Amino acid sequence: MTDDRTAPDVPSIVVAGLRIELTGSGRDVVDDVSFTIHPGQVMGLVGESGSGKTTVGLALLGHARRGVEIVAGSVRIDDVDVLALSEEQRRPLRGRVVSYVPQDPAAALNPALRIGTQLLEVLEAHDFGKSSAERSERVAEMMREVALPDDPKYLHRYPHELSGGQQQRVGLAMAFACRPRLIVLDEPTTGLDVTTQAHVLNTVRDLAGAHRVAALYVSHDLAVVSTLAERVAVMYAGRLVEVGESSELFANAAHPYTRRLVGAIPRLAGSRELIGIPGRAPSPGSRPRGCAFESRCAFVEDACRLELPPLRALDDDHMVRCLRAEEVRAHPMPFAGEAMAVSTPHGESVLSVQQMSAGYRGVTVLHDINLDLAPSECLALVGESGSGKTTLARSIAGLHAERSGRIVLHGEELVELARHRSRESRRRLQYIFQNPYGSLNPRRTIDQIVRQPLEVFGIGGSEANARVDEMLERVSLTAAYASRYPDQLSGGERQRVAIARALVSRPDVLICDEVTSALDVSVQAAIVELLGELQKSLDLAMLFVTHNLPLVRSIAQRVAVMSAGRIVELGAVDSVLLEPSDDYTKRLLADTPSLEAVQS
Amino acid sequence: MSVVTDIAITPEPESLTTTSRRSGSVLRDALRLWRTRIGLVLVLGLTLLAGAGPFFAPHSPTDFAGPPFSNPSSAARFGTDYLGQDVLSRFLWGGREILVMAVLATAFGIILGAIVGLLAAYSRNWLDDVLMRGMDVILAFPQIMLALVAIATVGPKPWLIVLAVGLTTLPRVARVTRGAAQPIVARDFVASAEALGVPRIRILGRELLPNILSPLMVEVSLRLTYSIGLIAGLAFLGFATSTNGANWGTMINQNRVAVQAQPWGVVLPVIAIALLTIGTGLVGDGISRAAAGIDRGRSTG
Repeated sequence: MTDDRTAPDVPSIVVAGLRIELTGSGRDVVDDVSFTIHPGQVMGLVGESGSGKTTVGLALLGHARRGVEIVAGSVRIDDVDVLALSEEQRRPLRGRVVSYVPQDPAAALNPALRIGTQLLEVLEAHDFGKSSAERSERVAEMMREVALPDDPKYLHRYPHELSGGQQQRVGLAMAFACRPRLIVLDEPTTGLDVTTQAHVLNTVRDLAGAHRVAALYVSHDLAVVSTLAERVAVMYAGRLVEVGESSELFANAAHPYTRRLVGAIPRLAGSRELIGIPGRAPSPGSRPRGCAFESRCAFVEDACRLELPPLRALDDDHMVRCLRAEEVRAHPMPFAGEAMAVSTPHGESVLSVQQMSAGYRGVTVLHDINLDLAPSECLALVGESGSGKTTLARSIAGLHAERSGRIVLHGEELVELARHRSRESRRRLQYIFQNPYGSLNPRRTIDQIVRQPLEVFGIGGSEANARVDEMLERVSLTAAYASRYPDQLSGGERQRVAIARALVSRPDVLICDEVTSALDVSVQAAIVELLGELQKSLDLAMLFVTHNLPLVRSIAQRVAVMSAGRIVELGAVDSVLLEPSDDYTKRLLADTPSLEAVQS
Repeated sequence: MSVVTDIAITPEPESLTTTSRRSGSVLRDALRLWRTRIGLVLVLGLTLLAGAGPFFAPHSPTDFAGPPFSNPSSAARFGTDYLGQDVLSRFLWGGREILVMAVLATAFGIILGAIVGLLAAYSRNWLDDVLMRGMDVILAFPQIMLALVAIATVGPKPWLIVLAVGLTTLPRVARVTRGAAQPIVARDFVASAEALGVPRIRILGRELLPNILSPLMVEVSLRLTYSIGLIAGLAFLGFATSTNGANWGTMINQNRVAVQAQPWGVVLPVIAIALLTIGTGLVGDGISRAAAGIDRGRSTG
């Protein structure tokens, strides 16, 4: 990290004027993207879905996905323009000069080959090393570099015998195998636990620094990027809107979009309300002539709409695409909303889980769970994947049959399956699913979807119409949405529909299972904001399941930490997050990437 | 063992829109393909011929129009058959029975097959095994043998032919339906309906069925093609409702002895059956291509 300050200041990667279009349509997916990366430096490329960040990442390898083509610009790696070469000339460069680490390590490794064979293959393909003995030595060295065992027994394993984090490290080893000049990492830690993620991120940083490899880290996760990258480029609607040092960008952003994005990230320090960014990013083909953020910007003026603002230098190494950047920067950073009033829950519990255990086909995954949910309280349930938190949520919702112990809702003991529960208990307890792309029937209109609970609970006629209209309005969807189908909606809008469906029957207990994990940060903030508001105004008791620790601060009053099927710590949010008593919670907190590290 | 459902998923809107296509848009896409249009013209043409043919027949199908196997003349445009009946009139009368029975048999097989398939996919327990092993048992018999056994024991009753042919298509439909419905059953909107306590029958009909209409539509045309062939084949083997009733399959058998002297009695029904099955086959192919999105973006294919 520090040694390249002394190195000659010559960037090894120069991207200039990159423009990528949807084939044949002339619509730009990406336009006017220029940046440089120095050897040994990790550059973060941040953007929300559809911003074109992955497209840019692939363009650095000279590759364009099906349906898009690179029409202009250059990508120079040590003065060789990758885009000017033919496909045949480019092929030997890949892996040797520029390599790629994809999002899903399991999909990138060949399941039929031993990992040792696959690593050797990379070296052989690029004639790395003179003899096979030298190559084997290099494989062992690579394994040590990524902190994996280098003994032949381990190399004889197949990818499926490795954990997700180990697979991703093998992917990293392959990418660094031939000592390339540039590595493109496309969200390589999405889907990994925070602990595993922290290890992988450290490996990336160490290797890039030690071997003076330039790295482009493509991610939607600002918190991850802030801990890893020295410089960050922010993309919005296919263009770079801000480029600068990571600490500068997060503490002192000059583009209104970056500022809102930073404000949308949940933080560990202090309970704050999150503020989402209203509206949605324009898609290729419908992008305005002027600034693409114009319709969502609080600082907008007429000049913004006339023509696209240029990406201009604000300070040394801080570029921004905004006409009013100086004024914008004069305002204090919109670090989320007001501090939340944290009230202590009181009253008799509405939902109580007593000595519950649950399993799959005889294997117990939940052990002796005890939970109480007070009226109008939000209890967060935090844990890594496999900790059993989803099983717990599904058991309460009546979707998991293999369990023992008691679940009591308003004094009524609930049987295993929802189908056998009383209509009243089904109405009072509602569930929102993790993935809004899967939880809405694609063949039914939004109106039919939101109306479904009312049909089940025997509410019809004008009463039902009024409730559906009211609920859609409460989740900020206009009446025009009622006749649409889910595939015409964005992820955030779909999750709003799911919320409307859950609340239309006026429940008093709501279970949210990772409801924001499939969404972008700005959308996540808006959804959490909405849920918090609804929880207060409708007096809901809420069980908020998440793997995102900082998010807990912005919504919950109490938090339960789960590990390996047990609740290891349960208490008020402040006391658990600031003074954790359990070792597991401490480790989880230490590994969670957050912006505070950069800002302090 | 640890069923992990909480891996973060980055939304990729482009890849998701292709998987969920409404059946209406599939039909519209199918109609843009030439194969579907040609198939539809063939099917409609032959249905019209079989349906309205009797009104244009110059003779009654059982009237004697001349000596047996006589050549085409002004009295009998396509000559006469083995009993001296008018070939054209019998041809115009002979499609009705096949078509009506094929449609009924297919409808029977599709409806029952879809119910069995949905039930099996949704139950995910012993019921799934029992239903599908039952289907395997039916599948083990060759289609025509199963129909022949039934008809040979009871006699060539129209309802029995419909039932027997429908029964042979049932397991094939059930398999396709189950296969298409299984990934849908695993999706969260089904769990959501379960958590609400939506009755099982409504989950099958309103959550699952609309999501498997595309493969089911392909199956309808495919099964119709086979049913037409099977019913015409049974008629050829002598299992038509009445031996002297006009029927394309029966006609081929009755007139094949003199195919060299007076080919029309065989050629006309053969062409009709061939064009009809080619038509239904082309329509099915068009729908399946549209459902898979193979030719999307191209106006012809």
